[in-house]
Amino acid sequence: MASVEFQNISKSFGAFVAVPDISFQIADGEFICLLGPSGCGKTTSLRMIAGLETPSSGRVMIGGRDVTYLHPKDRGISMVFQDYALYPHMNIADNIAYPLKVRGEQETKRHARAKEVADVLKIGDLMKRLPSQISGGQQQRTSLARALVYPSEVYLFDEPLSNLDAKLRLEARGFLNHLQRDMGMTAVYVTHDQAEAMALATRIAVMDKGRIVQFAPPIEIYRRPATTFVANFVGNPPMNLVPVEASIGEGALHLRADGLQLAPIALTDAIAKAAKSGRMTLGVRPEHLRIAEPSDRNVVSGDLFANENMGPESLVTLERGDNGRVTARIFTDDEIKVGTSVHLSFDQKHITLFDDTGARIPAADER
Amino acid sequence: MQKKAQNIFVRRTVFAAAATFLGTVFALPLVWFFFAPFNARAELGLAIPSPFTLSNFATVFQNTFAMQALLNSLIQAAGGVVLVGAAATLAAYALSRSPIPGKGAVTYILLLFSSVVSGSAAMVPIFLIISAAGLIDTHLAVILVFAGGLLPTAMFILRDFIDAIPRSYEESAMVAGASPLQAFFDVALPVIRPGIVVVVVWAFVNIWGSFLIPFILLRSDKLMPASVAIYSFYSEAGTPIVTLLAAYSLIYSLPVIALYLLVNWKFGFRFFGGIKS
Repeated sequence: MASVEFQNISKSFGAFVAVPDISFQIADGEFICLLGPSGCGKTTSLRMIAGLETPSSGRVMIGGRDVTYLHPKDRGISMVFQDYALYPHMNIADNIAYPLKVRGEQETKRHARAKEVADVLKIGDLMKRLPSQISGGQQQRTSLARALVYPSEVYLFDEPLSNLDAKLRLEARGFLNHLQRDMGMTAVYVTHDQAEAMALATRIAVMDKGRIVQFAPPIEIYRRPATTFVANFVGNPPMNLVPVEASIGEGALHLRADGLQLAPIALTDAIAKAAKSGRMTLGVRPEHLRIAEPSDRNVVSGDLFANENMGPESLVTLERGDNGRVTARIFTDDEIKVGTSVHLSFDQKHITLFDDTGARIPAADER
Repeated sequence: MQKKAQNIFVRRTVFAAAATFLGTVFALPLVWFFFAPFNARAELGLAIPSPFTLSNFATVFQNTFAMQALLNSLIQAAGGVVLVGAAATLAAYALSRSPIPGKGAVTYILLLFSSVVSGSAAMVPIFLIISAAGLIDTHLAVILVFAGGLLPTAMFILRDFIDAIPRSYEESAMVAGASPLQAFFDVALPVIRPGIVVVVVWAFVNIWGSFLIPFILLRSDKLMPASVAIYSFYSEAGTPIVTLLAAYSLIYSLPVIALYLLVNWKFGFRFFGGIKS
């Protein structure tokens, strides 16, 4: 296992700049998720660690060694591909044992090792089959077994679960989490699924347009999203963002928007500074909203847009005129009965404020 | 209702009759092709041999020139196929996988010229080039000219085939620890193989059946391929000796049929590309 470091990496494809300039460090034993929408540069970054792309400038270090221009085979890495890339002409045993074959391991030994790994992944009885003769979930585990058969310094995952159906994805995610706890491997995992990132990562790098917007542990990303982009990307459903007019009066912050009734908020230096622009964004997580009376203190009101019963929870969405929707996630066993107009209330300690550039304003209890 | 059913019946009958007629037109020469060689008095008309005889074949086998010609055809076709197969695979792989600027244009221009090179229009320049190279009257001359003529099309077919194969195959081999060469031979080549087989069969059939190029580039009887030697079964007046011609034609066509059967049995003319995702 080893650390990974990006030093001022940039990557362009012709005139298109995929990654303008990123630097980060991954410590030994960390499981890092690169999270972002498609085209944000996360896969390009991963491929630069793998050596499948060469950076336009900057350096890639693995275990303190400069590998920027090394061939993939000399980097001590394993990788799981989104399409699994199983060799269609080799059976499962040969597929899994291929990393050992290219290292000159003799056939009986490498097949024995492949069988060991396959047994752990519960595909040990498929060794004689061809990739086209097994299911998608089994193909995914085969490609995982191939990555694990030989000890690597860094394990790379390129959206390995995105081709699985929902149930198998949950199962595979749980297994990966278990594996990480078991092996303590250094891993870089690319995904656009925030739930995968939250479940697996020790730290998440949220990327947008080739830049890392926030690089922090999952709970930090969830509780204190650095920008409205992160807030809108993480959480299911994501954080409700309400554009508000901000003004200062009687030593407190007043926020106004259609359908919003909010008690004045205590001032801090940061809030006072951000309020000068007159515009802010108010963020509240759906799970912090509850059904309320119109007379409650902190309330957002509107017409009922949707009421989705998910079993343990219900998603109630209201529409505030033309100004967007607010979704509440309400945990109850009972079916929720709401009229045509809905009122949702929340505690002030659960709100997040963003300034007019979309950056989070630190709360009062932070430095 | 009744009328509609009748209508369909009439239409199907007419269609079946037309199809039968067309099928017969195409089948008759083939039937002749398989009957005539065994008929000691075969003519251009169709006749069931009575009795069946192998005497035509006995006479053909005594014609050493014609027998040597079959071997020559084999040498030239095999040589051409090996050259086209190997060169086209390597070139198509490079054209598909490496970022060469203008690689599309290169392929199309070559493709355009290839129809000229193996065509009769370029026969004079080809003859002059081969003559200047001192290769007139050698197997190598025939092999090289065919390779030059067939390569662009072979490259074009194979490049399309390789383009359709995900790069992640070779990439996964390389991150697994393979050198580019290992990745090519262990992973890419086996996946491309069905495409190579198609190109090889196509090239073999092309060279095997070609008359003009060996006829012009070769001088001595002992190098002529079967496509030229078949004229030794014409009388001096230029009329075909139908019995021997039919027997020799059957022998001449057997290697091609055998190749198709072999390939179909070993590989099955099918493409297996990526796994469904």
